[in-house]
Amino acid sequence: MSNITLVEGINLALARAMEDDDRVVMIGEDVGVNGGVFRATAGLQQRFGPERVADTPLAEGLIAGMAVGMAAEGLRPVAEIQFAGFAYAAIDQILNHAGRLRHRTQGRLSCPMVLRTPCGAGIHAPEHHSESPEAMFAHIPGIRVVYPSSPAKAYGLLLAAIADPDPVVFLEPSRLYRKFKEEVEDDGEPLPLDKAFVVREGTDVTLVAWGAMLHESLKAADELAAEGHFAEVIDLATLKPIDYDTVLASVKKTGRCVVVTEAPRTASLASEISANISEQALLSLLAPVARVTAWDTVTPMFRLEEHYMPNSTRIAAAARKVLEYQ
Amino acid sequence: MTVAATFEIRFTRYLDPQGRETAALPSFASDPRALVPDYRAMVFMRALDAKAVAMQRTGQIGTYASTLGKEAIDAGIGGVLRKEDVLLPSYRESGVLMLRGVSPHRTLLYWGGDERGNMFPESPHDFPFNVPIGTQMPHAAGVAYAMKLRREPRVALAMCGDGATSKGDFYEAINAGGAWQLPLVVVVVNNQYAISVPRRMQSAAQTLAQKGIAAGIACEQVDGNDLIAVRDVVGRAVERARAGGGPTLLEALTYRLSDHTTADDATRYRSAEELKEQWKQEPIVRLRTWLHAKGAWSPAEEQALAKDAAAHVQKMVQAYLDTPPPGPEQMFEHLYARLPHAYAWQAAELSEESERDVEHHAG
Repeated sequence: MSNITLVEGINLALARAMEDDDRVVMIGEDVGVNGGVFRATAGLQQRFGPERVADTPLAEGLIAGMAVGMAAEGLRPVAEIQFAGFAYAAIDQILNHAGRLRHRTQGRLSCPMVLRTPCGAGIHAPEHHSESPEAMFAHIPGIRVVYPSSPAKAYGLLLAAIADPDPVVFLEPSRLYRKFKEEVEDDGEPLPLDKAFVVREGTDVTLVAWGAMLHESLKAADELAAEGHFAEVIDLATLKPIDYDTVLASVKKTGRCVVVTEAPRTASLASEISANISEQALLSLLAPVARVTAWDTVTPMFRLEEHYMPNSTRIAAAARKVLEYQ
Repeated sequence: MTVAATFEIRFTRYLDPQGRETAALPSFASDPRALVPDYRAMVFMRALDAKAVAMQRTGQIGTYASTLGKEAIDAGIGGVLRKEDVLLPSYRESGVLMLRGVSPHRTLLYWGGDERGNMFPESPHDFPFNVPIGTQMPHAAGVAYAMKLRREPRVALAMCGDGATSKGDFYEAINAGGAWQLPLVVVVVNNQYAISVPRRMQSAAQTLAQKGIAAGIACEQVDGNDLIAVRDVVGRAVERARAGGGPTLLEALTYRLSDHTTADDATRYRSAEELKEQWKQEPIVRLRTWLHAKGAWSPAEEQALAKDAAAHVQKMVQAYLDTPPPGPEQMFEHLYARLPHAYAWQAAELSEESERDVEHHAG
């Protein structure tokens, strides 16, 4: 057991996967000698050599496309896109190829690759370094989208993503990279994909969140508890496919739900989850499902990012409204 | 001022459009009979192509991209690749795939709107037909990287058209190939048109081959209507890559004698005179004239071949027509290694709906 940060959890999982499976290779910009701009791959090139931990030419489409080719040829590539804002150039490859290769060859070729990228706002980064593109990825058939919220989840979910036989987009909340530490055992044990985690049990309202927003939701739950309202908090963890069994069981128990996302509101995952709850659990609902999201604006530069990202105050306010609904 | 760099682009041709030798032939062509299998393959490609166009016209398959005019490129590449190499084709490469062992009825299945057209059980490492232009190029770099990492004497060969050379994917892949000295060969089938846009509007570059200079890799032009030249140039590039000598970009000059696809009408953007001139350059007559002159091919053999080709085409058409249509459940099969629990209800609903449809039609 060691007490480590989220980015150290990523690093530990990468090292474990490379140690246990020769097919695992890492590609990306500055992932080699430099160990990645956030140091997620620190020490890996020294340990596993420059062929298995390779700095690529600076081209995001190439990185994603090479990973497709490597995966189809039997490797287990883990490709890093330096920031989610640069991943848009890679979406062509994920959408047109990674998610389709198995199906369009009827199982002859497959694409067991992981595309990792830091995402989200809150670290006072330059323009284009604070994006939340999870809904765009979640719209793509044939892939998984995973979003850890803690060092232990980062470790276990990344191991699961690397072992998964299909492509996984692994979104890492840069705001949580060094926010807190947690005891993590390097036992090589993956956490389950396609599964949400109830991180706090409650009876009055369900808060659904992921990544950095999970922690804002937990803070909101503390505020609500002080007022005598007990929120159940769910860490969605896998954003595609969504574990509706867990979400719906909770909503059927509490009758109220707030879904939180750091991404813009329109066509967001909060909208998708809200629609599903309305379809599947309408008669259990005591209030309309509320969404707390970023605004439908471009991600602002960092002087305004505090006003852009949802926070515990906004989440608690939305929860109160849902709780007070008659 | 000093000169920082200079370059030259070589162009290889052995047979002129009249089938006359213009240079000393490479050793593989010293016995002209050895090229008869390639010639037979080219004739078969053309026969299947004509049939596929006719099948589209009569509604038996969907939109189809003709291979008319590029048979020498397909046969030349198919003849030099080894089984263990990996082909990354664009959508117009059914001729090479046939020589990779893939049953040509798959081509009809593919353009007939059936995913099973990409199954290629006979050449399991080859990539499927690729439609989004140039996006297969980064895959080729990844495949070649895997081969090099595992120290395998194999080669990734990717094909694309002239239009694809304008895309970032194209440059990104050849650039990466150079940076890592990957066992990668890229063949640009320059058929002079990207649908309606002519080669001169695609780029001010004097040749497309020279784009390899910017990637720091070997690059040259070859007469894509001359089978001997294609076989020679591609063969050397493939063996150099296999031996660890790094990547090559080849520009094979040819002409699209067909419309872009059956959904296109090339008379909108090019003249009948231009097309007529280009028919004088085409690869099959050129090779046949040479084989005849060498005494390696006779009119009787030609007649027999035409019959063989027609019979084989008919067999492929039959294999296509005999393939039962896919069931709607195929949409969910192979979407993931195992369909996630969250989507199981969608597959179930689809199957209920299709059963209802069947009952409705039956009733």
